[in-house]
Amino acid sequence: MVETTTNWFEACRVEDAVQNGGVCVKCGEEQIALFYFTRRNEWYATQNLCPHRRQMALSRGMIGSVGEDPKIACPFHKKTFSLSTGECLSGDECAIQTYPVKVEDGFVYIGLQN
Amino acid sequence: MNQKTVVVIGNGMVGHKFCEKLAAKSDNFKIIVFGEEPRRAYDRVHLSEYFNGKTAEDLSLSHENWYNEQNIILHLGDPVKEIDRENKTIHSSKGLILNYDYLVLATGSSAFVPDIPGVDKDGVFVYRTIEDLELIKNYALNAKTGSVLGGGLLGLEAAKALIDLNLKETHVIEFAPRLMPRQIDSAGSQMLQTKLSTLGLSIYTNKGTSSIEGENRIEYLKFNDGSELKTDILVISAGIRPRDELAKLCGIEVGTRGGILVNEAMQTSDPSVFAIGECALFNHNIYGLIAPGYEMAEVVAANLCEGDKTFHGFDMSTKLKLIGVDVASFGDPFITEPDSRSILFEDTHKGIYKRINISNDGKYLLGGILIGEAEAYNMLLQTVNNKIALPPNPEDLILGSRGGSSQTENAGLAGLPDDALICSCEGVSKGSICNAVSLEGCESVDAIKKCTKAGTGCGGCIPMVKDLMVHTMKENGKYIRNVVCEHFQLSRQELYDLIKIHNLKSYEQVLDNVGKGDGCEICKPLVSSLLASIWNDMILKRGNDTAQDSNDRFLANIQKGGTYSVVPRIPGGEIKPEKLVIIGEVAEKYGLYTKITGGQRIDMFGAHLSDLPLIWEELIAAGFESGHAYGKALRTVKSCVGSTWCRFGLHDSVSYAIRIEERYRGLRAPHKLKSAVSGCIRECAEAQSKDFGIIATEKGWNLYVCGNGGSKPQHALLLASDVDSDTCIKYIDRFLMFYIRTADPLTRTAPWLNKMEGGIEYLRNVVVNDSLGMAAQWEIEMQNIVNSYQCEWKTAIEDPEIRKRFNHFVNAPEEKDPSIKFDEMRGQKKAANWTTA
Ligand code: SRM
Ligand SMILES: Cc1cc2nc3c(=O)[nH]c(=O)nc-3n(C[C@H](O)[C@H](O)[C@H](O)COP(=O)(O)OP(=O)(O)OC[C@H]3O[C@@H](n4cnc5c(N)ncnc54)[C@H](O)[C@@H]3O)c2cc1C
Ligand code: SF4
Ligand code: FES
Repeated sequence: MVETTTNWFEACRVEDAVQNGGVCVKCGEEQIALFYFTRRNEWYATQNLCPHRRQMALSRGMIGSVGEDPKIACPFHKKTFSLSTGECLSGDECAIQTYPVKVEDGFVYIGLQN
Repeated sequence: MNQKTVVVIGNGMVGHKFCEKLAAKSDNFKIIVFGEEPRRAYDRVHLSEYFNGKTAEDLSLSHENWYNEQNIILHLGDPVKEIDRENKTIHSSKGLILNYDYLVLATGSSAFVPDIPGVDKDGVFVYRTIEDLELIKNYALNAKTGSVLGGGLLGLEAAKALIDLNLKETHVIEFAPRLMPRQIDSAGSQMLQTKLSTLGLSIYTNKGTSSIEGENRIEYLKFNDGSELKTDILVISAGIRPRDELAKLCGIEVGTRGGILVNEAMQTSDPSVFAIGECALFNHNIYGLIAPGYEMAEVVAANLCEGDKTFHGFDMSTKLKLIGVDVASFGDPFITEPDSRSILFEDTHKGIYKRINISNDGKYLLGGILIGEAEAYNMLLQTVNNKIALPPNPEDLILGSRGGSSQTENAGLAGLPDDALICSCEGVSKGSICNAVSLEGCESVDAIKKCTKAGTGCGGCIPMVKDLMVHTMKENGKYIRNVVCEHFQLSRQELYDLIKIHNLKSYEQVLDNVGKGDGCEICKPLVSSLLASIWNDMILKRGNDTAQDSNDRFLANIQKGGTYSVVPRIPGGEIKPEKLVIIGEVAEKYGLYTKITGGQRIDMFGAHLSDLPLIWEELIAAGFESGHAYGKALRTVKSCVGSTWCRFGLHDSVSYAIRIEERYRGLRAPHKLKSAVSGCIRECAEAQSKDFGIIATEKGWNLYVCGNGGSKPQHALLLASDVDSDTCIKYIDRFLMFYIRTADPLTRTAPWLNKMEGGIEYLRNVVVNDSLGMAAQWEIEMQNIVNSYQCEWKTAIEDPEIRKRFNHFVNAPEEKDPSIKFDEMRGQKKAANWTTA
């Protein structure tokens, strides 16, 4: 992969995030959904907008897995998306944007590409 | 190797499919595409969904970078205006001149507009492209009456679209003596016409239009018979005309009535030029459907790659979508004696007409027509296409075998040959689907779609794909238990027992003990519902909150746009004026739309997530509690006014409804529960349409169970008669516990009973005669649940940890979601439509 400069945006404290679920992070004008899997101790971030009916909703969806792959189901019509690649797992919708996440000193950061 | 250049003219459905196929088969071609429309190829078949909120991007057949990734050069908004066959070049409107080795014409067709005086007036449209629909949508804002010229497949679809655009009146004008003359016979048309009238369409057949009248814009239509019809908007759907103008211009042979002549290899009169899709004329036919177009694309792509494929014509079977009435026609729908015999079924009461044509020897199905009920379409089509021998009583095919078993259907699937075409849009055979299941391990419809593309075109074959999948899994010795999902290899009932036995209290505990992986959107709400049914803990207890379905997680129904609705409980529908005032005040303060629901209470819509706790704080202070409109739980117990006021009332139905609603309020179940109490047999509370309903009799109450409204309404059945109030409640306790314990997820009481062996007799034995010996235990369990009831909203607003979850932004808790938009209607607000950004 090509190294690009990543700008780490401070999203929230670890304890503000929802365990095994999502929260919505305001990032300037953008809305980013941040997910926390406690049993895997993994974090994921994606766009909050569900491409299906363009609803700002993914952070309110249910997380889970298919095989090993972590996924998110939109609360509106339960379209599912892979959290690792952003790919739509329910056939037809287009992929969603994903962002890297890191945790440092109790804070969660989302990596934005500049 | 030297790359050959293939130029494709037209980026419609078939042109795009051709690119997909050729790119998948070979790297030896340089593909260049010219499209006249401003956007990438989109799904014209589902064009009408543009009116239901699908965006142009939703309809697109490829993602944004697809052409780039395939190294295909795409020129959009640049129609080709000339072909120079001698020099093998094309000239585009923007002035590009390019060489080709092969040229593929995929120019489709345009709407045929008859030469009627006035067709150029404002307000007259055709129905073919996204731009057409945009124009119609805008114009319809100021229109009250709409008309469609043409009662064929597309005309009816356009008419339905006009209804959906909220026009007050919609008319369909057909020149022929009947609707859909090319697909269905006159008896079928008659039935269809009756059905469509009930949807609010006025239909005129045998009507020739002589002129379109109006100053600048259309005002009315004049007909040959002298009559007139006022209309503000007109959509012309009188047939299609193949776009053969380019071909004609460069001397390629075209048919006398239009269409580019092609042979079996889709070659035109110039061997290096091909034509596919709706512009191609094969064997005197224009194929105005997507499946044959895709097949033509396959033929050319294969032949360019040195394959050897030919086109042999195509079956024109169709199933009409969207209109609200099932219509299908397959094989040869019209064939009659002496060439065949027909079996007809007509039910004017339900509006069903079915016809099948069978060979004289009774062995084969030749074709048919289905109106009003077309579930059998896929199987019948397969029976025709694969020449499957008919059963001894072919009438069973349309009447169902009246001995009452679904055996025949599976026998049918097994009998299909491997090359039976299941998905004709994508050309996927039974064999490929079975292989995907057996060899690739696809065990869900989504997986099969991904792997084979079956079901991704018009979608009509999906029920059959699913049946085939289940069938194949069974064949492979996979014991298809009704397991919950990949995370729990257990049925709901097994899970219920395990949770109880192991005393599991949270989703995570259940997953640790009896599941695997991280869970998903199927098992999470299901386990949550079980936990709530068994322990009746507050559903948002930490750890369980994120395992709830969205509506349960936020204790409110999520709405279009991302706001929520608020429904306080109003037991039995009885409410004091002071409380009505409170609802009014709260709604006004938070800017909520108010409406009386079908469940005898009041819904306030359009609340921002962060306002929910504030709203509920005020409601609870005024004595309201959650109405559980969001949960798979007891919703409402409706009542009629009963003996306190009504001159016919036998008992006080309101008091009894309140008692029942307060007893079972919020009870979590496999699906939602509804009830009602009527004060006499006039049944003003509609108790017989409920999961459990009670009707007063001279001697007590009659208890009915397992009814519902919804898409498949079913009347409740009498479980016990003339029982007193306490006994009735005892029976309801038992009935509900039995249901909660044994029903499959998301199964209402009616389908639960339908699947129960022994039916209502068996249920009565269990509930009334205690044949399982469970009655006492169930009554205790129910009493425990009743005793531990708490208003979830009260608990939620009192717990700061839970309250925190009702903010939209974790890092800006005071801000609302800026993307939420409302429109105004009749002095209140409404959610803005699904839209593009
Ligand atoms: C608000 C209300 C319509 C109204 O304005 O009147 C309504 C609104 C919804 N109904 Fe209903 N139903 C409403 C009365 C009914 C009724 C009438 C009744 O209860 O007497 C029925 C038919 C009776 C029945 O259920 O048997 C009804 C049959 C359904 C069904 C079909 C159920 C079925 O078994 O087929 C669904 C779909 C489902 O639950 O899966 C549904 C689902 C829905 C949902 C929850 C869809 C959803 O998941 O978002 C709607 C929520 C709208 C929202 O945004 O808040 N609604 N719904 C009514 C609320 C009643 C209440 O006070 O709680
Ligand atoms: C409302 C509606 C509903 C339908 N429903 C169904 C259905 O339920 N089932 C079914 O099977 N079929 C249905 N159809 C028919 C189906 O959409 C068509 O059969 C299919 O789109 C034909 O594909 P095509 O590529 O041949 O033509 P099109 O999809 O029309 O594509 C042709 C493209 O070529 C472009 N073009 C023309 N000339 C030039 C030029 N000189 N240079 C560059 N570009 C050019 C056109 O602008 C167009 O974009 C429906 C059609 C409509 C309009
Ligand atoms: S059901 Fe009977 S008691 Fe109730 S309103 Fe109707 S007539 Fe009166
Ligand atoms: S809006 Fe997300 S699935 Fe429909």
